[in-house]
Amino acid sequence: MTSSTVTAEARPNRFLVARRSGVGPYLFILALTVVMYFVLGPKQFVNALTIGAIYALVALGYTMVYGIIELINFAHGDVFMVGSFVSLFVLTNILGATGPAPDLATIVYQLVVTFALTMSVVGVLGVTIERFAYRPLRNAPRLAPLITAIGISFILQNVVQLIYGPSPINTPQVIPPSARVDIAGVSIGWINIFIIVTAISLMFGLQLFVSRTKVGRAMRSTASDREAASLMGVDINRTIAITFLIGSALAGAAGVVQGLYFGNITSALGFQSGLKAFTAAVLGGIGNITGAAIGGFMIGFVEVTAANFGFFVWAQAAVFMILIVTLVFRPSGLFGQQLGERA
Amino acid sequence: MTAERMIGDVVLELRDVQTYYGKIHALQGITAEVRAGEIVTLIGSNGAGKTTTLKTISGLLHPRSGSVHFEGRDVSRTSAHRLVRDGISHAPEGRRIFSRLTVLENLQMGGYTQSSKDVAANIEHVFELFPRLQERSGQKGGTLSGGEQQMLAIGRALMTRPKVLLLDEPSLGLSPILIQQIFGIIREINAQGTTILLVEQNASQALDVADRGYVLQTGRVILSDDAKVLAANDDVRRAYLGEI
Ligand SMILES: Nc1ncnc2c1ncn2[C@@H]1O[C@H](COP(=O)(O)OP(=O)(O)O)[C@@H](O)[C@H]1O
Ligand SMILES: [Mg+2]
Repeated sequence: MTSSTVTAEARPNRFLVARRSGVGPYLFILALTVVMYFVLGPKQFVNALTIGAIYALVALGYTMVYGIIELINFAHGDVFMVGSFVSLFVLTNILGATGPAPDLATIVYQLVVTFALTMSVVGVLGVTIERFAYRPLRNAPRLAPLITAIGISFILQNVVQLIYGPSPINTPQVIPPSARVDIAGVSIGWINIFIIVTAISLMFGLQLFVSRTKVGRAMRSTASDREAASLMGVDINRTIAITFLIGSALAGAAGVVQGLYFGNITSALGFQSGLKAFTAAVLGGIGNITGAAIGGFMIGFVEVTAANFGFFVWAQAAVFMILIVTLVFRPSGLFGQQLGERA
Repeated sequence: MTAERMIGDVVLELRDVQTYYGKIHALQGITAEVRAGEIVTLIGSNGAGKTTTLKTISGLLHPRSGSVHFEGRDVSRTSAHRLVRDGISHAPEGRRIFSRLTVLENLQMGGYTQSSKDVAANIEHVFELFPRLQERSGQKGGTLSGGEQQMLAIGRALMTRPKVLLLDEPSLGLSPILIQQIFGIIREINAQGTTILLVEQNASQALDVADRGYVLQTGRVILSDDAKVLAANDDVRRAYLGEI
């Protein structure tokens, strides 16, 4: 703890200010988006945004947890994976859904129930993991919680495999993939619109929560100086638990969306998509909420571009390349490491 | 000035406090007391245990043996975030401003335990004490000068209107003019009724504002007396006031 506060204080202040006014990364993102639109064409562009939205939702959890306790929570990808299975359970076992819902009312009902239950269950799962696996190690050397996180990752994977087996399982696509709408002459799936709008709303909600509310301020001050925050009356344990609750609930939402969009899920999802979401968080500047969101969309573009040009097998490698290049040349990511600093 | 000031009962009492950092025995039996309305100072050279004493009082550390009593209640095991509510505020060594939060947000954090109505009123109060902070209210804490940061640290600690204010080296790294200003403000805060426990390496200034003082050395109290008596003590003059 002491060491982290020392580094926080040692950070030159002018650096923070200079970074803040930099519009370079944003222009880069804008240019990239435009280029991607023309390279991929409208259909694949929307596909990339949809996949990117899922990565972004998962990346937020990595970045929030890192921002507040400087832990790379390797189990987070598997929390997302568990979310997709909880969603499957809610849809099939509780709601009895087998495929596309017959009418709009049913769609809304099933989605509301599935999101609410899955996000709650997965949020509580995240809090439980923090409470029993990470909190006892909070003052231990940093390697200890890291190894524990990897252990939790294996446990979650194996538990899901035990129940559902190792092969992919079909999930009900409540919003029919055939339901499409024409926007400016381009046919776009309602499912894509739903996912992109949901994800962006959640991200804006999170950003507002962190920047405007009292709990959000407590989170930012805990991230910046834990000891000083506790002197202000902030219950550090509670604040860290809330961070895990929110990050995990967002991963739960991503898990729901994963099943809805792809129509199948597997227990290996945490490893596959989790690593990409982690890369998104690093690319955006781990600890930075806006950065993680944008990083998620960028990874979506990279993956869809690779697949689009017949290099799907290379997509994974490309993402790893991005991870390595970022870590080597710009370890603070495109937007720097600040929890909720930017709106 | 001392005429109008009311010194009351003991609010803070340390009984044979022993605090460790792992195996390091930092406080080796500190016994001390602070009465309501007093300014008490802890002086001693680097590493004597002054900061550790304040941290043990505010609940950032807990004593392995001995006890800390606040208003007659044993608070040795109470955590820092609860003690703030009870009325102990701690402006820690090194200021510890939230550098990425604005000045206003830092003050709002100081009032974290308060109702939003009280926060607004107390921010007014802090701005009266430190007009400079009002000018800077939208600026990030990390962009303030050392003196402004110290004002913010004290202002932030005052946001709860504490009964006891713990100040750890408020003059460290400040210019002589700013040091005068800070000590003036310490007097003013005390005159408004706040009990103060002041840690300083700047012993002459500290003994000048304080009613009583404790001299610490390697985790023990080696001397305690009225501030004036300490300031006149030959050993103190030699060791801490830089006189031969
Ligand atoms: N975080 C820490 N870990 C281990 N030892 C510490 C720590 N902080 C202080 N100490 C030790 O405790 C003793 C008292 O330190 P401190 O209370 O900071 O002294 P002071 O404030 O009077 O300079 C010193 O010997 C110091 O080295
Ligand atoms: Mg000290």
